[in-house]
Amino acid sequence: MAVSSRPRQALVLATTLALALSAAACSSDDGGDSGSASSPECAAYDAYTGNDGTTVSIYASIRDAEADLLEESWKQFEECSGITIKYEGSGEFEAQLPVRVDGGNAPDIAFIPQPGLLKRFADAGKLKEASAETKTMAEANYAKEWLDYATVGGKFYGAPMGSNVKSFVWYSPKLFAEKGWKVPQTWDEMMQLSDTIAGAGIKPWCAGIESGDATGWPATDWIEDVMLRDQGAEVYDQWVDHSIPFNDPKVVSAVDRVGKILKDSKYVNGGFGDVKSITTTSFQEAGTPILENKCAMYRMASFYANQWPEGTKVAEDGDTFAFYLPPVDPAKGKPVLGGGEFTVAFADRPEVQKVQTYLASGEAANNRAKLGNWVSANKKLEVSNVENPIDKLAVEILQDQSAVFRFDGSDLMPAAVGAGTFWKGMVEWINGKSTSEVLDQIEGSWPK
Amino acid sequence: MTTTTPVLAGEATAEPTPRTAAGRVRKRLNSRTATIVSIIIALIWTVPTFGLLLSSFRPEDDIKQTGWWTFFSNPQLTFQNYNDVLFGRSSSSGQLANYFVNSLVITIPSVLFPIAFAALAAYALSWINFRGRDWLYIAVFALQIVPLQMALVPLLSFFSRGVSLGGITLLPPWDLDNEGKFIQVWFAHTCFALPFAVFLLHNFISQLPGELMEAARVDGAGHSKIFRSVVLPLITPALASLAIFQFLWVWNDLLVALIFAGGGRETAPLTVRLAELAGTRGGEWQRLTAGAFVSIVIPLIVFLSLQRYFVRGLLTGSVKG
Repeated sequence: MAVSSRPRQALVLATTLALALSAAACSSDDGGDSGSASSPECAAYDAYTGNDGTTVSIYASIRDAEADLLEESWKQFEECSGITIKYEGSGEFEAQLPVRVDGGNAPDIAFIPQPGLLKRFADAGKLKEASAETKTMAEANYAKEWLDYATVGGKFYGAPMGSNVKSFVWYSPKLFAEKGWKVPQTWDEMMQLSDTIAGAGIKPWCAGIESGDATGWPATDWIEDVMLRDQGAEVYDQWVDHSIPFNDPKVVSAVDRVGKILKDSKYVNGGFGDVKSITTTSFQEAGTPILENKCAMYRMASFYANQWPEGTKVAEDGDTFAFYLPPVDPAKGKPVLGGGEFTVAFADRPEVQKVQTYLASGEAANNRAKLGNWVSANKKLEVSNVENPIDKLAVEILQDQSAVFRFDGSDLMPAAVGAGTFWKGMVEWINGKSTSEVLDQIEGSWPK
Repeated sequence: MTTTTPVLAGEATAEPTPRTAAGRVRKRLNSRTATIVSIIIALIWTVPTFGLLLSSFRPEDDIKQTGWWTFFSNPQLTFQNYNDVLFGRSSSSGQLANYFVNSLVITIPSVLFPIAFAALAAYALSWINFRGRDWLYIAVFALQIVPLQMALVPLLSFFSRGVSLGGITLLPPWDLDNEGKFIQVWFAHTCFALPFAVFLLHNFISQLPGELMEAARVDGAGHSKIFRSVVLPLITPALASLAIFQFLWVWNDLLVALIFAGGGRETAPLTVRLAELAGTRGGEWQRLTAGAFVSIVIPLIVFLSLQRYFVRGLLTGSVKG
């Protein structure tokens, strides 16, 4: 009889669960749709009307607070055009997108931050060529070097949207002013400054390349940035598309130039320890010793502005700011390393093309920039709409005529290298392996 | 008297001379030192979880700058993390309450369906004689070897494109949208759980004494009556342990949910949301501590309330299987 009471108990449990389920099923939310309005604010969106009541899905890696702002930025577009944008951001974007596309469940539009991945989808025939309107809009608003990254086999697949500038060195303006140090304008000045700072008893550089599964990428950015300065944009392109081997003497020279900073315990690692502590320090934390004057400089992209503890003033006269990583030879122009995402489409319905065109427009860039924390290479972007000083500086650099822009090389290389052996190689390099040994190893891993 | 009697009684009730090696081990494991050691191990094992719990109540700046043990020298507690995570309005802060419901909606049918189907199948495979029964059982058993990762893309394609062979559509695409995606997830979880569930329940059901079935049949019971009145009550412990297994697996599952439910507000479960909580650049992990505890609550309730069955189900399996 002891047995018979238990099924009853289980039954009670099952009933409770079933009740919870039905309660949950009842609480579905209502979808409100709004018609298009022809008010004066909508004048700018006239070109996008005519597809009232349609929905376009967008999938991207942008999430969290930045996704909130993004969704807010296209609210007016949605109201005026009548097209609903269903946005989804995921941290597993790069892994999930191929699965969804192969499974026939592709989003209408994806924001792909890696031209290498974009090319893969384009080669597989999954992407739809951008419409003529999108192309015209993109050509009017973006520099050719940007559009080239989204052009595969002569076909143009989508305009860039947000961008970031990686060639920045964070520092403390207060400390610099106090000690009378000046922001260096050339590489040599920067090295002299490093010596001066080291002489003053402060470690001049801090660095951290820990980033979970992606540990090593901040070091690859270092190498790429210096590659552009040490060898110039043409050699950089050859290196990225593998027309020169990864262990070419030119690459060795650039890597050794980085090594003079990152592998010298006289210069690193302010606030954390010796050279090896670089591999165990997360890139999010690596810059914080600047606020405590334990370290003077930290090379990291513009988006690092969001990583400072709350209440930190990021400005030229604030607690922290960034200067442009100086060129080796200023006469050769200003190399800029950066990244960005491309808005490509997996569907060619008219409303999808309209959203794609809108995202390439000046309105889209300005609407998003007004909400803060955003940079784009869009030429129509007005600097006055960009609020915080570091983003202003980034936009100015991107729009500078003498700037030589190059996309983050590890995003262009095959994933096996750019998101694999290059990262791992850098960790081993910091941990003491010689430059040639590491570069030989990466060269050997390049897909044949 | 009081000092000697218990010892005598203890020796009398315990096996006086353990004959086998297992018996001796068992006796040693029942000693006081063993108990103390196991309590210490349990405490050490709990420390990280305890630290997580404490962290979830600490203010953001404290979490990021100091370890949870500093709480004892500088006690500062806040409900802000839980508030953010559960009821925050923006998509950057949790809204976990919403995803919590999604998790329940996904998990409960994904537990009930495979158990119901597996119990029926296991009964049929053990007590109904039909041709090819053993081969069918072996085939089901063998399916356990197939990793579910291999089935993800084909299954997704099955939902979104349907099945067609040589241009003839055998099954149309399901075309599920928004809340309809729950069906995909249930379907997927049910498929992936069935081989193991059938195997486990078959082991139990086939071990039931045949006389029971014969007696029931003599009394005029058909298969459905036998299944309901004889088999089901007897395999309750097995059903419960299977339910716990499946519940924990589905509740904690990220991969299947990510692919079949997507990351949208309507269908994504807690796990998918938790994975996004740390922020685009992974710096917002004060939310993770609170989020982790919100997601632990239900499995904890389920496990504690069904725990008795779990242990019994495992033991029965080990002896009989």
